[in-house]
Amino acid sequence: MIPVGFDYVAPQSLEDAIGALAEGGEEAKLLAGGHSLLPLMKLRLAAPTLLVDLRRVPGLTGIERQNGVFRIRAMTTHHQVATGGLGLASEAAATIADQQVRNRGTIGGSLAHGDTAADMPAVLLAYEGDVAARGPSGERTIPAAELFEDYLTTALAPDEVLTEVRLPSMDGYGFGYQKFNRRREDWAMVGACALVKKAPDGSCEDVRIGLTHMGSIPLRASAAEDALRGRGLDSDAIAGAAEQAAEGTGPPGDLNATPEYKRHLARVLCRRALEEAAGRA
Amino acid sequence: MGVPGVEAAERAEPGGNGYVGRSLKRKEDPRLITGRAAYVDDMTLPRMLYAAIVRSPEAHARIVSIDTTAAREQPGVEAVFTGEDLTDLAAPCPMVWSPPGVEVHVPDHWPLARDKVGYVGQPVAVVLGHDKYGVVDAAEQVIVEYDPLPVVVDPESALEEGAPIIHDEFGTNKVFEWSLSGGDVEGAFRDADVVIERRVVNHRTAGAAIEPRGVLAEWRHGKLTLWTSTQIPHICRVILSIQLGLDEHNIRVVAPDVGGGFGSKLQVYGEEVLACWCARKLGRPVKWTATRSEEMATTHHGRDQIDYVRIGAKRDGTVTGIHAKIIQDCGAYHLIEGPVIPTFSACVMGGCYKFDAIQTDIVGVFTNKFTTDAIRGAGRPEATHMIELTMDELAAELDMDPLELRRKNFIDEFPSERPHGFIYDSGDYHGTLDRCLEMLDLEAFRREQAELRERGIYRGVGFSTYVEICGLGPSRALGPEGWGMQGGYFESAHVRVHPTGSITVYTGTSPHGQGHETGFAQIVADRLGVTPDAVDLIYGDTHTGPFGKNTYGSRSLAVGGEAIARAAEKVQDKAKRIVAHQLEAAPEDIELVGGRFQVRGSPDKAMTLAQVAGEAYIPADLPEGMEAGLDETCFYDPSNFVWPFGAHACISEVDVETGRVDVVRYIAVDDCGPAINPLLIDGQIHGGIVHALGQALYEQVVYDADGQLVTGTLVDYALPSAADVPNFDTDRTETPTPTNTLGVKGVGEAATIACSPAVVGSVLDALRPLGVTELNMPLTPMRVWQAIQEAEGRGGGPAETEQGRELGEQGGGAAGSGPTAPPEGGAS
Ligand SMILES: Cc1cc2nc3c(=O)[nH]c(=O)nc-3n(C[C@H](O)[C@H](O)[C@H](O)COP(=O)(O)OP(=O)(O)OC[C@H]3O[C@@H](n4cnc5c(N)ncnc54)[C@H](O)[C@@H]3O)c2cc1C
Repeated sequence: MIPVGFDYVAPQSLEDAIGALAEGGEEAKLLAGGHSLLPLMKLRLAAPTLLVDLRRVPGLTGIERQNGVFRIRAMTTHHQVATGGLGLASEAAATIADQQVRNRGTIGGSLAHGDTAADMPAVLLAYEGDVAARGPSGERTIPAAELFEDYLTTALAPDEVLTEVRLPSMDGYGFGYQKFNRRREDWAMVGACALVKKAPDGSCEDVRIGLTHMGSIPLRASAAEDALRGRGLDSDAIAGAAEQAAEGTGPPGDLNATPEYKRHLARVLCRRALEEAAGRA
Repeated sequence: MGVPGVEAAERAEPGGNGYVGRSLKRKEDPRLITGRAAYVDDMTLPRMLYAAIVRSPEAHARIVSIDTTAAREQPGVEAVFTGEDLTDLAAPCPMVWSPPGVEVHVPDHWPLARDKVGYVGQPVAVVLGHDKYGVVDAAEQVIVEYDPLPVVVDPESALEEGAPIIHDEFGTNKVFEWSLSGGDVEGAFRDADVVIERRVVNHRTAGAAIEPRGVLAEWRHGKLTLWTSTQIPHICRVILSIQLGLDEHNIRVVAPDVGGGFGSKLQVYGEEVLACWCARKLGRPVKWTATRSEEMATTHHGRDQIDYVRIGAKRDGTVTGIHAKIIQDCGAYHLIEGPVIPTFSACVMGGCYKFDAIQTDIVGVFTNKFTTDAIRGAGRPEATHMIELTMDELAAELDMDPLELRRKNFIDEFPSERPHGFIYDSGDYHGTLDRCLEMLDLEAFRREQAELRERGIYRGVGFSTYVEICGLGPSRALGPEGWGMQGGYFESAHVRVHPTGSITVYTGTSPHGQGHETGFAQIVADRLGVTPDAVDLIYGDTHTGPFGKNTYGSRSLAVGGEAIARAAEKVQDKAKRIVAHQLEAAPEDIELVGGRFQVRGSPDKAMTLAQVAGEAYIPADLPEGMEAGLDETCFYDPSNFVWPFGAHACISEVDVETGRVDVVRYIAVDDCGPAINPLLIDGQIHGGIVHALGQALYEQVVYDADGQLVTGTLVDYALPSAADVPNFDTDRTETPTPTNTLGVKGVGEAATIACSPAVVGSVLDALRPLGVTELNMPLTPMRVWQAIQEAEGRGGGPAETEQGRELGEQGGGAAGSGPTAPPEGGAS
């Protein structure tokens, strides 16, 4: 509970932040809400030598809608996302931990941290959104499908700052979010989010399903999506599709759940999320 | 063993202003909720050193070598000590239970390990330095070489032939074996038409107080002061005296504000002795505060029993006998009294039923885990759990209503001598159940349940009708000649009226969140005709007030409060004699009405307590032979335990697809005698329910097969929060005990003792149509789901969540539904 010693800077601009990161080398880390990083440091599972706090960097908070895309600046807190009227993203953010954590934790921090047990990564996947990252050599866009690489490992380079998260507005989609946790304000044992668009004839025009904590990275339930796309949205069809939710997943077993139980949960939650989404579509 | 009789104490008339019985707000809360309380970690002394403890990462190993060179060279480090340095301690950590005629294996247990470690987290060395952070870094530089030994974590495996032996000197992992029984047990089962047998695992839990343990020791002019976050400062002083070889008058132990204990601070830990030893050795104050990780690993755990229980009954539901075999996992070493805990299960093994034969056989076992000891309820929750769930099964077997079965067997005459020698003081078991059912409306629920089932929604109701033993306790029964506790269990009180009439009360109890400052003030206020604000309570400091026995075992009110009432009565008597002398009346004619000592029949002739105090402290005109002052002491040792009881009902809903359990409604009707302050009772009941609900649904301390603690943080040890628990419907009945003049019983543990079978019973009631008839706690969604799968013949994979399980393929080292821990080398 007592971290290894470290230096701290709070630069006033994005350029300075990137500079500080580059100078600090491998062991320099950005600090956003601190609600993933600091617990790891206190347990001495992480021991960065320099923390570069993003809090003073201007222009890193807020949500804007532009051309059918929500641009969420990286330091926007879970609370702001939860109350931002973003549909699925808001609903998911509202389930993160408790109010204190939601007041501190940020969407950028959550995605950069890339925990497969966290809520926002699978949501980003389902939206097929992307993130903007700025490093010493400029800005680039990383699509959701390329962001998450392995346990707590993302495509972000150590000297890159995730500056913005972009989510298509998904107008016309219904959404559902099903988070299964041991305690009400806890991490997901398994989570499933769904976005469903109905065709005029009531069938499923498009569907996206994201899975939380079903592998080393957040996943799409592609088999289930394929099974539903173009079909009817009645409960039998949804149930049939949801049966395939665990295809291709490799959930880690842990204290609370065997891989088998997690696969079962994924199927149940997927069905429920789809029902919810279809009902709202 | 010695069991006391019931001596009916005369119920005194409270004379004063009628504060007893009122829901006064807690006097202590403003300071606690505005951050102005002072805990040990808030204290700093000049020249203070911080301690960091090097702990064993091995569950069972020989210590080959310890190299402290690098640590000593770290900046700011003053000293590093290992077990070899502590050889001048006069005694190892004592364990105070030594029942006559029973062999109890007590391994030498030193504050720093010597030669060998027996559990993960065992202290091996201590680093002292100027900087709180620096000592933690330096502790990482202490290089300890271990030679690992085979590990055993499951208590039943530990008893098997060929299991690794944890303490070679005993040649066995058995700690002790003893029985408490009464009546013709064999006959009872021979005559039974039906016998229900169950194996119940009552898993390991943590006290999980929000304030972790902490100590600050100061050595000055040959005297020692220890500030420590403890429930038992007086007992701590005795033990420090024994271990440090110091006379008690040279030791002062202070428990400042203590942020919760729940039994986990009913303890004297090695770190307390260690800090004192270091302070004496270095001549400088030494502070150590447990991190949350240290708290989870090395603050004693509770429960951890495997219970084999059987109940015999006649076809008509009349119970004949109960027999339990308790396997108690003691962990690797003992602390102050761990091995006695299952004896408290034995005390209430008959529950509130008319068993003519009761037998409890207890086996204690060493395992490579941390020590178990008293956690809220200590043995009684385990007993209630197995009794109540087995009664439910008996009802199912007899096709009888579970409440009818209970009512048929309720003890209904008091005092009631039980076959194993205990005397239940008073009770009205039908009364609490009646009230509980009134609040519940069982018929309406059964209708709703049936309707919901049609729609695939599974709700169930579970009951617990319990009786518990508390108010520890009569020294004759508990002490060396009784159960063999090496101590007395009286309580002391000192009531001091100051010259201008305000009052300081010294109690030997040591509250740590319960609200004694309020409740005790109400008792004194009524007896001396003042307001509770005029009464201040001093506690938790061995340098003030008489020797006390502190707070645990729901004893503070029934023993400590009674001592205060009696001391206050003595003051009242003296005051009446002074008033009588002043007003020229007979002392018997002085009555206390509305804050005035007045002459019966002439209310205009009266004195206030302030006036009386004036006379007492300017003793110019006192009755012949009376000493000056208005200041009385009482040492009260009860003649019996007290036996609170009640009826709890829980309604829960099970998502049969996922196994998730949600508690929908919880009703608690408890009887702890006349209420001194109903608000304080509700607080204890609410907290007590949450404590047991936590065990029933969420919390479990888990070690893996290598003896590594898997639940080392509050992410993995799933303590419920306010978001997880329902509102509680509570009510009381008031059946006074004849044992003390207040008529009161304890309530600190009652709800924890009651609750878990009601929760599990509600889930079993919900799932009975699916064929689920047995469930061990905690009712994690997976465990419930697996039980449903099994019952429906599908098999849900391994249903184990007991100790020593293999966690199997595991991602990133995460223990549970928590965040993923980074792989070696830190987060990327
Ligand atoms: C008790 C508790 C419960 C929680 N429960 C949940 C839960 O249920 N669901 C859930 O999803 N999360 C949960 N969290 C985690 C929480 O949401 C974190 O806030 C979040 O995961 C990380 O965001 P942060 O802003 O706190 O990042 P930090 O902890 O500050 O940083 C996390 C990592 O991301 C890096 N980083 C941060 N910002 C950037 C950036 N802009 N660009 C590049 N790298 C960056 C940091 O260097 C660090 O490595 C919980 C946390 C706690 C303490």
